[in-house]
Amino acid sequence: MKDLRSEIRGKETINASLSFSIVILLLFSFAFDPDSEQIQAMAGGLLWLVFAFAGALVINRSFARDLPNDCLDALIASPISAAALFFGKAVANFVLLLTIELVSLPVFGLFYNVNWTRQFWSLMLVVVLATWGLSVVGTIFSAMTVNMRLRELMLPMLVYPIMIPCLMAAIQLSAALIAGRPVGEADLIWLKLLAGFDVIYTALALTLVDNLLVG
Amino acid sequence: MREKLIYGTGVFAAALLVYNLYVMLMNLPDEAAQGAVYRIIFFHVPAAWSFMIGALAAMVASILFLVRKDFKYDAFAAATTEVILVFGAINLITGMIWARYAWGIWWAWDARLTSMLISWLMYGGYLMLREALDEPTQRARFAAVLSILTFPGVIVTWNAIKWWRTQHPGPVLSIQGNKNGMDADMQNTLYLNFLAILLFTGILIAVRMRQEILRRELDGLRREAHSI
Repeated sequence: MKDLRSEIRGKETINASLSFSIVILLLFSFAFDPDSEQIQAMAGGLLWLVFAFAGALVINRSFARDLPNDCLDALIASPISAAALFFGKAVANFVLLLTIELVSLPVFGLFYNVNWTRQFWSLMLVVVLATWGLSVVGTIFSAMTVNMRLRELMLPMLVYPIMIPCLMAAIQLSAALIAGRPVGEADLIWLKLLAGFDVIYTALALTLVDNLLVG
Repeated sequence: MREKLIYGTGVFAAALLVYNLYVMLMNLPDEAAQGAVYRIIFFHVPAAWSFMIGALAAMVASILFLVRKDFKYDAFAAATTEVILVFGAINLITGMIWARYAWGIWWAWDARLTSMLISWLMYGGYLMLREALDEPTQRARFAAVLSILTFPGVIVTWNAIKWWRTQHPGPVLSIQGNKNGMDADMQNTLYLNFLAILLFTGILIAVRMRQEILRRELDGLRREAHSI
């Protein structure tokens, strides 16, 4: 929880990632015609790419934030388990990422003239599930790469391929929901994939994080 | 003894491979719908099996390493991952050649192809992670964790043709009885070639693992020399 408090005081990561995601949303408008009807179909993909990029910024800082003054070593030596430390960081990343997404969504709706609230609660469910998946995978890789040379390069290199199932499911579901279609029979596989991804990686991460931090 | 076993198996695998090639090219007729190009299946499918079995073995070895802290398992996981990357590449490339004839395009973004490519990239990331870490214990631990985290991707690839509607042909062989649509002679050749390629995979892993163990010893000696 200390991550959230320091983030609320410092606001460095969240400001940077927020402006970053808005800049990317802006850049996408040059990549294709922002007024076209196609935007509805592409909305899911667009949004989750933005979130994945912004998420990489957030998780990059997650453990690296504690590097100065050997804070990370102190945290590891403190009498809490590595799993608890990891869980706290994952929750902090989750909250940060969710904040970014909840701000980006209306901005996206304004920029691209998309009415995204038609299936609001289903969309929120997808957003929460996928964000948890991204946070938990991101945080475990953040722990893995924190002391590595080329940290900024290795982290996205390793983490994006693992995130793909989660992102794919989120993209498919959000595209349908933003277009106003409720989750139907055909989308159920994606919802299952998303939920399965969350469960499997949360369990794996909590079991394995001990090996990364303590050894 | 170990050497002899490796080379003996190697000779056997090579002989089997030559025999299989002979059967494929001289005895088996062209497939009714696809013509000559169907023969690619005799390499495409066994390469995929080698990739997946190897991925499973690497994950098991990684778990064993984390439990027992024995570097033998780390060497095995590293060797296996390197070798299966080659077979994954063979699988992808032969698949693309086949797709060029059967579908008219090199690459279709369907679930099986995409998930296979993703798995392949993830195991590439595993090797990059190993390169990026110098300290052997840390490298072994982190690589083991990554290998375990990567394996669910292989399960997705395995099930991709069941979960989604894809262009990829359904399973040609099935463990449950004879409900597959493949000719018995072709099926036998496929199994024999599977055996040959699996043996070949095993030999490569054994050789590579020995190198990895020797490299570790060498590294240890060098560190010792430095400390003196």
